[in-house]
Amino acid sequence: MYAYDEFDRAFLAERVAEFRDQVGRRLSGALSEDEFKPLRLMNGVYLQLHAYMLRIAIPYGTLNAAQLRRMAHVARVYDRGYGHFTTRQNIQFNWIKLEELPEAMASLAEVGVHGIQTSGNCIRNVTTDQWAAATPEECDDPRIWAEILRQYSTLHPEFTYLPRKFKIAITAAGHDRAAIKVHDVGLRLHRNEAGELGFEVLVGGGLGRTPFVGKSIRPFLPARELLSYIEAIMRVYNQYGRRDNIYKARIKILVHEIGAEEFSKAVEAEWAAIRDGALHLTDEAIAEIRDRFIYPSFETLENEPAALTEALKDSRFATWHRNSVQAHKVPGYSIVTISLKPVGAPPGDATADQMEVVADLAERYGFSEIRVGHEQNLCLPHVAQKDLPALWAALEAAGLATPNVNLVNDIIACPGLDYCALANARAIPVAQEIAKRFADLDRARGVGRLHINISGCINACGHHHVGHIGILGVEKNGQEFYQITLGGRADEHAQLGTLLGPAVSYEQVPGLVEDVVDTYMELRAGPHELFIDTVARLGVEPFKERVYAAH
Amino acid sequence: MPLIEKGEIVADLYVRVADDEPLPEGVAVLIGIDRFLNEAEALKGRQAPVGVIWPNNRPIAEIAPHLGQLSLIALNFPSFRDGRAYSQARLLRERLGWTGPLRAIGNVLRDQFLLMERSGFDQIDAVKPADAAAFDEAVQAYTVFYQPATDARPSLLRQRLGRTLAGVRS
Ligand code: HEM
Ligand code: SF4
Repeated sequence: MYAYDEFDRAFLAERVAEFRDQVGRRLSGALSEDEFKPLRLMNGVYLQLHAYMLRIAIPYGTLNAAQLRRMAHVARVYDRGYGHFTTRQNIQFNWIKLEELPEAMASLAEVGVHGIQTSGNCIRNVTTDQWAAATPEECDDPRIWAEILRQYSTLHPEFTYLPRKFKIAITAAGHDRAAIKVHDVGLRLHRNEAGELGFEVLVGGGLGRTPFVGKSIRPFLPARELLSYIEAIMRVYNQYGRRDNIYKARIKILVHEIGAEEFSKAVEAEWAAIRDGALHLTDEAIAEIRDRFIYPSFETLENEPAALTEALKDSRFATWHRNSVQAHKVPGYSIVTISLKPVGAPPGDATADQMEVVADLAERYGFSEIRVGHEQNLCLPHVAQKDLPALWAALEAAGLATPNVNLVNDIIACPGLDYCALANARAIPVAQEIAKRFADLDRARGVGRLHINISGCINACGHHHVGHIGILGVEKNGQEFYQITLGGRADEHAQLGTLLGPAVSYEQVPGLVEDVVDTYMELRAGPHELFIDTVARLGVEPFKERVYAAH
Repeated sequence: MPLIEKGEIVADLYVRVADDEPLPEGVAVLIGIDRFLNEAEALKGRQAPVGVIWPNNRPIAEIAPHLGQLSLIALNFPSFRDGRAYSQARLLRERLGWTGPLRAIGNVLRDQFLLMERSGFDQIDAVKPADAAAFDEAVQAYTVFYQPATDARPSLLRQRLGRTLAGVRS
């Protein structure tokens, strides 16, 4: 955990006071809705189909038990008893009244939680690997760097009214769980041959109506130069990013229009002028931030303790263990993913009760830490292996032990027509229906790793372009239709999916997905060839033939 | 539209003159970029001060050769949501060494005053009188600043770095 100090707390209190004043001026009419909108957005407040929505940042996906409990409280008192975890390490409350927003915010601020820069045309909540500081794969804790960027970008005077929103993601592991290649800036932390820490810098990735995979503009940026280089990128973008058309305003369009090489030249020129300035990070400055992260005091434990091997004889526990538990860098510990995708429920929703259960379990078994990943699941990053059986039993009792992580019914879906003013089509019910078709988890396990992503419109909040199976809601003559893509992925081999064929109706989607999966089962080279690899090997044609012949 | 300079509401000594109007003698004028560039030579002989409105879609580096003959630079916010002039302001102050008055004009509203100050503006042409009256409150809303910018406010990063912007500049 990152420990806030008196500065961080003072800042948050000032921010809440400022917003309270802005809400007051809006209610009195001193601020027009036009003038108020960007201000509320930069505090995470959206106006949705039914009510105001509050989006709360979970910086780099890390929460403590007290914070999660407070979110449960806000869900219960100001909302309808649940919250929705999003793909960007945020949580959203969909039913809060404008008058009560400052109250809800003040309550969250008491535990260091806020919605600052979760929306608006500014640098957004910086996201990273939900397994940070737990996975053996990483070269450093990426959250240190996310925190440095969080501080740098918070209420940045120059970059608060950018052409468009700006999202940065960081990974420090070879396997990219942060989807850095589909962010405005992606940072891959690694060590060079000399053992120094630095970033590969990618720019111009993104989804939405014109999806792009980010382009590498610098193979190695020494870590201590991070801020000056980011400032150079931001300054080029702020001046030259398009502002004439909201759909062309993201940095990906600028990079695409002038070319990655030109863009990189402009950044390097700007950087040359500022790299030795006030943003240069000294070792002391980095150490100061690093020291504020508190790590668990791990016990000296053995891997695979007797309590675990004994419990693994229970096939239900063993199934969950195989699916939801991953290797930790400290012997005797594990990383546990908590699926928020029980079959039939809206992906990513958690009730206040469930949040409290998770908070309690994190306190009892996980050093009070909870993580949120972009797959809309929760994670307890540090659980002693000997405690896994008890943890599982408690999760199971709370309906939080569905062993479907990374399976076909671990679906990422945006709110779609159920909540979102921009939607063309429903997303959550589609996810629910598909999940039901694969409710037999033995069948789902037989299929193996398969990511389905659903967006209710071209804005791509459900990341459909990078789903192994992507589903996009479109509107045709006032009816909901869906385009299906295959072969997308968001990891270190990121690529955009290929269109399977003509759009199909709402009713046809679940059957079509089943046909795609059945086709894969027949065509795969063996049980070890994942869906995504079969698509890569054969292309979409064999799927198209089979699926459309059937419909 | 009240003009605020360094926190005080002041009289605007500059007359804004459209491109097709004659320039009045003996008074400070604020003129558009086209006129300024067309008449730059002639303007050098003028006795009274000249200020220019530099548009936000023109690279600010191009102003460099003219800085010596300017007494005021105004940067434009066509909408408060268009933040290009923040970068122009910082570049003027930090890269091009402009120490004269720098004015924010256009859709200039209270909730952006602080950002403008931090980016190097010292004159603010507020749209709403009520906003101008609340200037102090607006720029004092925060006591904590995370990042270094153009202003002299100490930032957490700078404190953590243990040095001041002035120290870096000199
Ligand atoms: C319910 C209200 C929501 C609204 C009105 C909304 C609106 C939008 C819009 C307009 C965009 C496109 C912006 C652009 O490309 O410039 C966008 C992008 C995005 N949204 Fe949402 N969204 C909502 C909820 C969500 C939720 C619940 C999630 C997570 C599950 C989410 C995740 C994202 C992500 C990751 C992107 C970026 C995609 C990209 O890279 O372009 N949004 N959203
Ligand atoms: S993808 Fe479209 S429908 Fe879904 S949340 Fe985003 S804007 Fe709304």
